[in-house]
Amino acid sequence: MAFSFTEEQEQFRDVLARFLRDKSPTTEIRKLMETDSGYDGDVWRQVCTDMGLAGIHLPEESGGAGYGPVELGIVMEEQGRALLCGPYLSSAVLAGLAIGAVASGEEQAARLVGIADGSVVATLAVTENQGLWHAADITTQAVPVDGGYQLTGRKSFVSDGQNADIIYIVAENGAGLSLFAVDADADGLAVEGLEGVDATRRIAHLTFTNCAAELVGAEGAFDLEAVFDQVLIAFAHEQLGGAQAMLDSALEYAKLRVQFGRVIGSFQALKHRFADLHVELELAKAAVYQAAQALEDGDDVRAYASMAKATASDIFLFAAKECIQFHGGIGFTWENDTHLWFKRAKSSEVFLGSPADHRERMLQAMGV
Amino acid sequence: MDINLDDIRNEVREWLAENWDDSLSLIEWRTKLADSGWGMPDWPVEYFGRDLPPSAVAVVQEEFAAIGAIGAMKSGPRMLAAVTILAHGNQAQKQRFLRRIITGEDAWCQLFSEPGSGSDLAGSTTRADKKGDKWIVNGQKVWNTSAHHADYGILVARTDWDEPKHTGLSYFLIDMHQPGVEVRQLKQMNGYASFNEVFFTDAEVPEDFLLGELGEGWPIAMTTLAYERRVAAGNREAGEDKGREGVIYDQYREESAIATEPYAWYPQRAGRSDLIIDRARETGSIEDAAIRQDIAKLLIKRQSMEWFIKRLAEVQKAGKARGPEGSVTKLTASEVARMSADLHTEITGIDAMLTGPDSPNDGIIAEVLVSVPAVSIAGGTDEIQKNIVAERLLDLPKEPRFDTGPFKDVKRN
Ligand SMILES: Cc1cc2nc3c(=O)[nH]c(=O)nc-3n(C[C@H](O)[C@H](O)[C@H](O)COP(=O)(O)OP(=O)(O)OC[C@H]3O[C@@H](n4cnc5c(N)ncnc54)[C@H](O)[C@@H]3O)c2cc1C
Repeated sequence: MAFSFTEEQEQFRDVLARFLRDKSPTTEIRKLMETDSGYDGDVWRQVCTDMGLAGIHLPEESGGAGYGPVELGIVMEEQGRALLCGPYLSSAVLAGLAIGAVASGEEQAARLVGIADGSVVATLAVTENQGLWHAADITTQAVPVDGGYQLTGRKSFVSDGQNADIIYIVAENGAGLSLFAVDADADGLAVEGLEGVDATRRIAHLTFTNCAAELVGAEGAFDLEAVFDQVLIAFAHEQLGGAQAMLDSALEYAKLRVQFGRVIGSFQALKHRFADLHVELELAKAAVYQAAQALEDGDDVRAYASMAKATASDIFLFAAKECIQFHGGIGFTWENDTHLWFKRAKSSEVFLGSPADHRERMLQAMGV
Repeated sequence: MDINLDDIRNEVREWLAENWDDSLSLIEWRTKLADSGWGMPDWPVEYFGRDLPPSAVAVVQEEFAAIGAIGAMKSGPRMLAAVTILAHGNQAQKQRFLRRIITGEDAWCQLFSEPGSGSDLAGSTTRADKKGDKWIVNGQKVWNTSAHHADYGILVARTDWDEPKHTGLSYFLIDMHQPGVEVRQLKQMNGYASFNEVFFTDAEVPEDFLLGELGEGWPIAMTTLAYERRVAAGNREAGEDKGREGVIYDQYREESAIATEPYAWYPQRAGRSDLIIDRARETGSIEDAAIRQDIAKLLIKRQSMEWFIKRLAEVQKAGKARGPEGSVTKLTASEVARMSADLHTEITGIDAMLTGPDSPNDGIIAEVLVSVPAVSIAGGTDEIQKNIVAERLLDLPKEPRFDTGPFKDVKRN
């Protein structure tokens, strides 16, 4: 297992960070929050075509760059830091990884090319009642009809459910769990957009009533937990990036703001809390980066994936709360940017399972 | 890192196949280790090492462990002396001291803390005055681990009282076996006596035992302390094979018994997180959802720390470390120890009132509870580590100073 990033990976991160700083200033984020889709189509196209980010982890035959979870992690981390508005998590990560796990050859290429070049926005619908992905939680049924399938059931908290052109759904059809595809304009699909705490992201409930669907890959072939592990590792990186943004912002303010004739960053009470934050963030980075390395190496990552999600969620929220506190009154205003990340942290904390859920999942994966 | 780990593995395996011999004496064997560099693979080739990166060191250790070969002597404070001499010593000092450290022939202690200055190490008042070609040392040190069986000590002493506190100090290597050095063991709250008071009355230090330049004591001490923080998390069991036979193992066990008897509590001070799951199973608390959460938090912290240490080693080897990152390790090691102690108490319940043979695991758990408080004090307190992280990693302002100007005028205990 490697314990450092390569020179190329570091350079990639730098280029990416510069691009995102340029494209996703908070003035822009605030404008996009008020729009229906929540993102800027032009910037999204640049993300996909100029930068090739949506396909970074997808195979070259499918229009991707053919890199692995470490590079995907870098992209997610930097996006999380910049709080980029866009369907990256939904399309590239959730749908991209799900398709990659079950489809192969031409079918895979046909489905991934549009995701990689940004011409298609896709998402993945798994969750029904729980944050964690459990086979037992999935009651949406697929029945074979005229050579195709019809879906009936309800999916909740679908990321970009209202933005997606195509929705991938994990459903039960007697043979186990399979992946299905439904077009956004299909009959029998009802999309109910939800108001989220995190206004930089769109979520929806989806109801399927005898809705025509195509099977993706083989029947009963969807390995729910394995895809979940990959998703968790990517998502944990995004939260790390958010945590870093909060620590940096708090530090910057603490070095400027003067009270009692000295900058507030000189008070030991705050210095020690900054030190605690730094330590926790460094540990979370180690946990998340090594989970990606382990996935890259093909190791069993079940425990590591949950470890990554639990620590990343915890540090992001911890950093966001401290950032508000270190800003004092202004930290509680709408005008100050801290709440944008705080709300992302709050929402990410429970999305895909809470830290407590994942600590338990980790123990079980370790046989404890 | 452009280094092929498989090649290293083959090389060390071949070398061990040709050289490892359990009928050698411990010193004969370790002399071979020093000559070949396999005992300290990450040290420079000129000084008993092979200049290998951390990833390769792990491979070498695995190969040693696989056949039960004994490694270089590294326990106790001797490595604090070794890394500092390696970094700041002249050629003669390196030749003279380093080999005998890793063969186990010389034991060392760290003579830094004083009754009046612990965290504030630069406030040392132990003095060294030049008389002819010797330094004459007077004063007192305290809490010095291993001083009662050390052959040498690394000593920070004041050589100039007109200079400000940080620039009036020098760094010496001192022979502990001399009439001017008196060592008294101190009993600790956990009943052991691994640290000491050390009194100097006209103790002598030859001129060529000054490490680095006169007045450079503070920056050199920082090398020692940075290393101490970085390895804080490694303070665990020595753990070489117990049941093996052969002269060398007998000598090894004897060495361990003498050198580790006062330190039998060391694994316990790190919290014995390794016992947590078994204890939770034994007591049935493994079913308790709240305890499971705490167990998971502890395991995550410990695993993250191990990975952090490995990542840091790579950063350091690549020359990209800022220096004070070891404080992160040390703070985490304290936290792991505290979390473990708390969890042991939760799991043990009312039996945690007991100690010795009446208590679980033949007193080990009780010993954890009374030993863990050492971790956040020894080697620089948690509060000092947090100052270091804040000031030197996050660039926050330094603490206000009230101790500038000539040291003789500074307020002190
Ligand atoms: C088990 C053990 C082994 C040891 N081994 C050795 C050894 O081998 N050699 C050796 O030289 N020493 C050794 N020590 C001593 C150790 O390094 C000191 O005890 C430690 O550095 C603290 O110094 P002090 O005891 O004087 O406490 P003080 O410095 O008086 O500290 C008292 C309290 O004040 C806090 N404090 C002090 N300064 C600040 C500040 N600037 N900001 C915030 N808080 C502050 C401290 O964190 C602490 O909580 C050992 C100690 C222990 C417990």
